[in-house]
Amino acid sequence: MIERLAELKQEAEAAIEAATSTTGLEETRIRYLGRKAELPNMLRRVAELPPEERGPTGKAANQARQALETKIELRAGELAAKELDARLIHDRVDVTLPGDPLPAVGRLHLLTATRREIEDVFVGLGFDVAEGPEVELVYYNFDSLNHDITHPARGRTDTFYVQDDVVLRTHTSPVQVRAMELQPPPIYIIVPGRVYRRDSDLTHTPQFHQIEGLAVDTDITLADLKGTLLAFARAIFGAEREVRLRPHFFPFTEPSVEVDVSCFNCVDGITADGERCPICRGTAWLEILGAGMVDPNVFGYVREHGYDPEKVSGFAFGMGIERIAMLRHGVPDLRLFYDNDIRFLEQFG
Amino acid sequence: MRVPLEWLHEYCAPPLSTRELADRLAMTGTEVERVERHGVGGLERFVVGRVLEAAPHPNADRLTVCRVDVGEDDPAQIVCGAPNVRGGQTVAVARPGAIMPDGTKLRAAKLRGLESQGMILAEDELAIGTEHDGIMVLADDGSAAAAEDLAPGAPLADVLPLATDVLVLEITPNRPDCLAIYGVAREAHAATGAPLAPPPWKDDPGTPGPVQEASVEVESPDLCPRFTARVFENVRIAPSPPWLKARLMAAGQRPISNVVDITNYVMLLTGQPLHAFDLDRVAGQRLVVRRARPGEPVETLDGQTRILDEEMLVIEDAEGPTSIAGVMGGARSEVAADTARVLMEAANWNGPNIQRTSLALGLRSEASSRFEKGIQPEQTMDAQAVATRLMIDLTGATLSPGTIDVGGTGPAPLTIRLRDARVNSVLGIAIPRERSAEILRALEFGVADAGDGLDITVPYFRRGDVTREADLVEEIARIAGVDKLPATLPSRHGAAGRLTTRQRLRRRAADALAAQGVHELVGWSFVAPDLADRLRLAPNDDRRQAVELENPMSGDQSELRTMLLGSLLDAVKYNHARGASTVRLFEAGPVYLTSGEPLPREPQHLGALLTGAVRPATWRDPDPRTADFFAAKGALTALLQTLRVSYEVEPATEPFLHPGRSAAALIDGERIGWLGEIHPLVTAAWDVDEIVAGFELDLDAVADAAVTAGVPMYHDVTSFPEVREDLAVIVPDETPAAEILAVVRRAAGPLLADAEVFDVYRDVERIGAGKLSLALRLTFRGRDRTLTDEEVAERRSKVAQALEAEVGGTIRGA
Repeated sequence: MIERLAELKQEAEAAIEAATSTTGLEETRIRYLGRKAELPNMLRRVAELPPEERGPTGKAANQARQALETKIELRAGELAAKELDARLIHDRVDVTLPGDPLPAVGRLHLLTATRREIEDVFVGLGFDVAEGPEVELVYYNFDSLNHDITHPARGRTDTFYVQDDVVLRTHTSPVQVRAMELQPPPIYIIVPGRVYRRDSDLTHTPQFHQIEGLAVDTDITLADLKGTLLAFARAIFGAEREVRLRPHFFPFTEPSVEVDVSCFNCVDGITADGERCPICRGTAWLEILGAGMVDPNVFGYVREHGYDPEKVSGFAFGMGIERIAMLRHGVPDLRLFYDNDIRFLEQFG
Repeated sequence: MRVPLEWLHEYCAPPLSTRELADRLAMTGTEVERVERHGVGGLERFVVGRVLEAAPHPNADRLTVCRVDVGEDDPAQIVCGAPNVRGGQTVAVARPGAIMPDGTKLRAAKLRGLESQGMILAEDELAIGTEHDGIMVLADDGSAAAAEDLAPGAPLADVLPLATDVLVLEITPNRPDCLAIYGVAREAHAATGAPLAPPPWKDDPGTPGPVQEASVEVESPDLCPRFTARVFENVRIAPSPPWLKARLMAAGQRPISNVVDITNYVMLLTGQPLHAFDLDRVAGQRLVVRRARPGEPVETLDGQTRILDEEMLVIEDAEGPTSIAGVMGGARSEVAADTARVLMEAANWNGPNIQRTSLALGLRSEASSRFEKGIQPEQTMDAQAVATRLMIDLTGATLSPGTIDVGGTGPAPLTIRLRDARVNSVLGIAIPRERSAEILRALEFGVADAGDGLDITVPYFRRGDVTREADLVEEIARIAGVDKLPATLPSRHGAAGRLTTRQRLRRRAADALAAQGVHELVGWSFVAPDLADRLRLAPNDDRRQAVELENPMSGDQSELRTMLLGSLLDAVKYNHARGASTVRLFEAGPVYLTSGEPLPREPQHLGALLTGAVRPATWRDPDPRTADFFAAKGALTALLQTLRVSYEVEPATEPFLHPGRSAAALIDGERIGWLGEIHPLVTAAWDVDEIVAGFELDLDAVADAAVTAGVPMYHDVTSFPEVREDLAVIVPDETPAAEILAVVRRAAGPLLADAEVFDVYRDVERIGAGKLSLALRLTFRGRDRTLTDEEVAERRSKVAQALEAEVGGTIRGA
C-alpha cells in the first residue's frame, strides 16, 4: 500500500506539472483528490488495516495528500496568472481607433444663454422677470413713454406699423407701463424680449433683443441705478469692472444717462501687447445701455395705480442682448445670430 | 452738428485740449461723435509770399515761373499754373514739408525741367473755399507791405483760418438750442467754467418799426407764430471773405456768395434758418403766408414741382407761391448775381406741421429739420441782428429803416420751484443749494432764492425742454456730474425676485432638448407671405391669418409667423447648403395669431427638426440610423417626461407632413401640437431631399399642464417589491400599440404599475401573414402588500383573456 501511495503521488505530481490550464488542473485535482479518487479512498480505508500498519500508512497517505494539495495550489496560481496575461493580450484593442461618442451635445443659442445669465443676475438682485406683447399699441410703445408727437421714432421709416395705432414694439419699455398698471409699487422687474426697428446693416438687424429694467419704490435714487448696474456689469464682465454714467436724453427718463462699463480687454485703452484696444477702440469704456430716472410724465399715466410722482421714484434701463453677447464673446457681426449656422451655434451656450 | 473750434473759441475758449473739451462735453450730456481735423498740417510751412517776378515757363505754355519773397535771404523759385499770377501780388505759399488737407506732404519738385520750391495756393487747396480758377491774392499792390501781418514770410495761419479741430456732435432731440455755435458755447461755458462772450446779437444795428419797401401778411398765424423781415438796398453780390468761407467749409457748408453765405453762417451761429429774397423779384414786394389750396403745385429750388395740400403752408407774392414755408424756397425770387435789394426773412414755423409737410412731400432741408426739432420765436430777431451786421459789413448794403415783425415773442417765461430735497432724493447725494444756483446761472436760467430751494426762470431758448422740476434736476445732475455719484443698491421693501414656474418650465424644456443633442436657434419673427403655400396649408387654414405689416422692409418679411416650422426649415436648408449632413435644431419662441382683438395672441411655441444620423457614425457603428418619426417622437417624449407632462399621440394629418407618418400630440385630449416627418414636397421646397422629422408644440399649453400637475407627491416604491411579467401577444397587423396597452391597463387593474412595448416583429413563417407580435413588459406592485404569485398570475390571465377578446390577440407560449 505504501508503494501504491508513492506511485500515485508520483503520477499525480506529473499530471499537475503537465496541466496547461486552470480547468485542466481542476480535472487533475478531482482525478487524484476528489471524492471518488484513489488516494482519499485509501485514507478512508486506513482504519481497515492491521493496527501495526495503520500508523505509517495513514501518515504517508496524509503527507502525500498535503503535498499534492500544496502543489496544486502553487500550480493553480501560476496557471491563473498566465491565463490572465493571455486574456488581457487577447482583449487588446487598437487604442488609436476613434472613440465611440455618447450622443452629441446640443447648445442653447448664445442669445438665450446670455439672456439667462442676465436674468439670473437681476433675479439675484431681487427683480422678477416680466413679459409683454411684441405687437403693441402705440399708446404703450410711444404715448405713455412720453414720446413727443414729432419724435422721429414714431415715423414709418423707423417703426413697423400693423395699423395706425399698432406697431411692432421698438423697445421692451412698453412693459414698464403695462407692469405698473398690474402691480402697485414697489416694483422691481426686468423684461427680456424681441424688439423691432426698420434698420438693416452691419450693426443693425430689424429684429433684436433687449432687456428692460424697472425699479419703483419710495426712495429710489440715481445712485441706486448706478449701484445696480455696477453689480450687473461686474457679474457679466468681471469683478474688476467699473461703470460710468454719461448724461443723455431719452423721452421717458429724466435725468437720462448712457452707461459705460470699463473695458475688460485693456488698461486705459491699451492691450497687454501694447496695442490700441480693438474692443473699446482705445477709449477704455464700452457703452452698454441707456438708463435714467423714470420721468414723472410716465408715472402720470399710472397715477391711479399708486404711482404718484411725489411719493415714488424709480429708475429704468434698457440694454441690447446682442450687444452684450458680442462684446463678451467677440462676435464680430450681428447677423451671425440669425444665420443659425450650426458651426456658430455649437461654440456657445 | 459740426463745431469748428476756431469758431467756438470766439465765444468760449476753455483752456483745454480738444480731447479734454470733448470729454467734458460728453460727460455733461453733449455727445461727441468724433473729433476731426479740418484744413492743413505743418502750419509753419505755410507763409505769406510776395511775387517779385513772374515769367513764362520756357517749356510750358500754361505755367509761370515766379520768384517769390518768402521772408528768407533768397527768393524761392515757384512754378505756378494759375492764370492770374502777377508780379507784385501778395499770395499764400506752401513750402516743401507742408501737409495738404488731403494728408499729402508737399515736396520740392521739378515741373517741366524747372525746380519749384513750393506752391502758390488757391483757396480750395487750403479747404477754406471752393475757388480753383486762380490763386488767392491777399493783396494786389505794394501798399499791403505796410501791413505787418502780410510781410513776406509771416505765418499764413495769422492771416487765414488754415486749420481747426472740429467737434462732430450728436445733439439729442431735447436740445435744439445746441444746434448752434453759440448754443454749444453756452454748454462749454457751463461745463468748464470758461467765460462766455456776449451773444453776437447783443447789439442790433437795425430798428423796429414799419418798413416802406415791402409788406408781409400772415393768414395762418397758428402755423406761423412769427415772421420777421428786413430790407437791404445797394447790395453787392460777391464772394465772401476768406474767414467766413473757411468757417462754413469747416462746418460742412459750401460757400456760394456773400448773401447766401450770410444766411447759412447766421443759421449755424444762432440756430435760426433765414431766407434771402431778391426783393425786386418778389412780385408786388408783398409776401403772404397762407395754407396751400388742395392740389396746388409749387416749383421748388431743386426744379421739381410739388403738389401740396391744405395743411401745408406756402409763401406767395402777387404772382403766386414762391416757397414752401420752412421747407424750401422757390427759384423765382432767389438771390442772383445781379441782386441789388434783399428781403431777409427769419420766421418761426410750427414744428409738427413742418415735419408733416416734409414727410408728406419726401422733402427735407437743413431748415425743415431745424424747424421740426423746435425753434423759439425769439430766435428770429437774434438772427436778424447778426445778419444785419454782416449784410452791412460784407455786402456794403444799407439797411432800410424798420423791421417787419408779424406775430411776436413766445409765451412768458416759466418760473419753476426747484426743491433742494427733490434734487437730493433723485440723485442720492446732497447738492448744496449754492452749487445748483451756480450751475443754473451758467446755463442762463434766472435764479432766485426760495424757502425750500430756488425759483428758476427758464430762458426762451430752453422753453421747449425745461418745463418741470424734473427737467431742472437733470440740469443739475449732468453738470454737477452723474459720474461722481456713489454706487448704492435700492433699500427694497419686501420685494423678492424669482422666475415664475412657467419661466422655469420653459428653461427646462429648452435644456431637455439641448441635452439630447439638439441645438437651439433663434429665427426671424418675419415670414414671407408665400410661406403658407410652401407649407401646403389649405386656403381656409387658420395659420394663414398672419399679422401683416404695413411697411415691411422687404416683401419676403411682410408678415409675422404663425408657426415656427418656417424658421426651422430655413435653418435646416442653410446648414445643409453648407455641408452639414446631420442637423438637429429647435426653437422656443413666440408665434403671432390674429385674434379679432387689436393685438394678436402671442403664445410661446417649441419646435424641433431632426435630419441625418441620430448619432455620429463611428467605426463600431458606421451606419447609424437616420432620424425619422420615432427619433422625433423619442425627443418629444423625453422633453415631456422631463416636464412630467403625460401626453398621448394619435394619428392625424397635417398638410406639411408625410400622411402615413404624422400624428397629433394631445394632453388630456386637447391637441397641443403635431409630430411627424415633413412631407417630401415640403422638404423639396427647401431643397432638402432627406427625411426631416420633428414636432411643434404650444409650449404655453404644455406649461399649463405641468403647472396643473402641481407638486409631485411621494409614492412608496421601496416597502413592497414589484413583480415583472413579460408577455408576447400576436395581434392582427395595424393594431395600434396604444390600443393594446389600453386593453392591458384596463384588464390588469390598479395593481399594474407600468406596461410598455419592448419588442415588435413580423415573421410570416413563425406567426403567419398579417400578424404582428408585440412583447410587453408588465410591472405589478401593491401599495400596501407584497403581491403573491397567485395574484400576479390571475392578473396576467385576465390580461391574456382581454387581449384575446378585445383585439383578437393570441398569447405566445401560453
